[in-house]
Amino acid sequence: MAGVQVSNLSRSFGAHKALDDVSIDFADGGFYALLGPSGSGKTTLLRQIAGFDFPDTGRIAIGGESVERVPVEKRRIGMVFQNYALFPNMSVADNVAFGLSVRGEVKAVIAAEVQRALDLVQLGKLGSRRPHQLSGGQRQRVALARAIVTKPRVLLLDEPLGALDKALRVDMQIELKRIQREIGITTIFVTHDQEEALTMSDRIGILREGRLVQEGPPEEIYDSPKSEFAATFLGDANILRGDTTGTGIRLPDGTAIAAGAGVSLAAGTKASCAVRPERIRIATGDGIADHNTNMLKGQVSKRIFAGNNSTYFVERDSQTIKVIVQNTGIERLAEGQEVVLSWSPESTVLIAVS
Amino acid sequence: MAAQGATASRSGLRSALPLLLPAYLWLTVAIFLPLSAMVFFSFMTDLPLSGKPWALTLGNYAAFFSQSLYPTLLWASLRLGLEVTLWCIVIGYPAAYVLAKVLKGRSREAIFLLVILPFWSNGLVRIFSWAMVLREGGILDTALNAVLPFKISIDLMYSYPAVIIGLVHSYVPYMVLTCYLTLQAIDDSLIEAGRSLGASRLQMLKRVIIPLSMPGLVAGAALIFVPVVGSFMEPRILGGRTGTFYGTVIEDQFVAVFNWPLGAALSFILLAVVLVILASAAPVLRKAA
Repeated sequence: MAGVQVSNLSRSFGAHKALDDVSIDFADGGFYALLGPSGSGKTTLLRQIAGFDFPDTGRIAIGGESVERVPVEKRRIGMVFQNYALFPNMSVADNVAFGLSVRGEVKAVIAAEVQRALDLVQLGKLGSRRPHQLSGGQRQRVALARAIVTKPRVLLLDEPLGALDKALRVDMQIELKRIQREIGITTIFVTHDQEEALTMSDRIGILREGRLVQEGPPEEIYDSPKSEFAATFLGDANILRGDTTGTGIRLPDGTAIAAGAGVSLAAGTKASCAVRPERIRIATGDGIADHNTNMLKGQVSKRIFAGNNSTYFVERDSQTIKVIVQNTGIERLAEGQEVVLSWSPESTVLIAVS
Repeated sequence: MAAQGATASRSGLRSALPLLLPAYLWLTVAIFLPLSAMVFFSFMTDLPLSGKPWALTLGNYAAFFSQSLYPTLLWASLRLGLEVTLWCIVIGYPAAYVLAKVLKGRSREAIFLLVILPFWSNGLVRIFSWAMVLREGGILDTALNAVLPFKISIDLMYSYPAVIIGLVHSYVPYMVLTCYLTLQAIDDSLIEAGRSLGASRLQMLKRVIIPLSMPGLVAGAALIFVPVVGSFMEPRILGGRTGTFYGTVIEDQFVAVFNWPLGAALSFILLAVVLVILASAAPVLRKAA
């Protein structure tokens, strides 16, 4: 087991910069999600850490040892692939045994370790099956058992749940987390699914166009995004743009929005505020006028009912603001209704516009 | 369910019949009838076409066993088939691997075309061009002597190696094609998974890639071994006097000696031996595949 340090890593494919000066410290034993849209460089970063591809510049260290020029077969990593990549010509047990047997381990040791790994993923009785006789979730577990049986220093997962259906995915998320805790292995997990990243990981790194946009625990990124991209990519956010007043912004129509968290900026520059839809209160009439409350008037243009909550789209000054209201059974607003939106400055994040 | 399935496949067969018939009619006319005639000839004392009297006999088959020449030549032909097949694997498999796993896009198409090219040229032309290359004072001899500072004499013409070279050249595309197809079907992530587990390239080849491409190797080997054992053109032209094999003897019976019954009998013995070899190899090969 070991931590992974990535420092100033860059990699270009022709004119395309797949990774641009990325530095992340993956703590020993942590569960880390790399999140980003396709083409953001998250898979490239994972493959660099695995050793399938070498960086142009920068350094990768596993357990303090520089590995950026070490080929994958010598890095002692475990990897789970999106399509599982099980060897179809071998039984489940032989698949799991592969890593140990290419190292020349003794047969008895291999058999015991394989059984332990299969028990850990709850497939103890299926060792003699062939991969094609298993369901998607079972194959996933075999791939995981195969990756961890060699006691790798770090476990790399490339969208491992991408091919599973929704219900199985939630099960596997819990299962994966349990196994990771049980063996305490440093785990780096690539996903484009923000919910998966939020629920499973200790820390999240958001990538965009080869650069690390923001990095930190899920709560921190969600509550204090440092860019419009981070705010809108991880969860939903309303972005209001205007000129800074130092601790907030003034919208083009003169309304002042106070922000409680985020950066403090020199007055007069362009900036934006991000507000999560579930933090906004929606009311008819004059609403709750309060010095410490941000307030905007608007008109409901659309309502989407989703059972436990409703999403309202409120139009104001040619901008649509999204509001999510829990279904408490009290208030139902009709489309076209004039409403007042209010939220606290603490729920408002000031973001510098670059 | 089972009964339903059977009904479905029966009605499926009926509707498929018009599609199957032309092919099977053609096979019947073009292969089965002449072949039956050949079976009949192989039991005759002489050809009925020549007007001479004829009778039924087992003598043509007995001739194979009474003269040590025929078994010896058959053995030589089987060895030739084995050797050519092995060379085709040695030469063709790496090429197929590079085509399937290393090259991409246009360069793959170009190299692929070079592999297929022999198929587009006439077999006789191919063999005679080898004759020009291999003979003394031929292209290989001249070229080597032009480059090398010392004098060497290359005369491979009318030798066993010349026969091997000609046959391997003719048949290696089959091995490349069949292996290419199975190698290409192997997902690249399997190779990456193996490497991430610490396997060297050689271990990957031995434990994953070769087992998974075994069907292609077997198909290629069967496609090459069977015709090479019966080959006569390459041995005759490139082998000269050393090129006497079972196939050339059969050909002699048909075109030189006009002993069709003996030629037919020798052909069917060859067919039987090849079938026995393929059948006895089948369980081993199926397990490997």
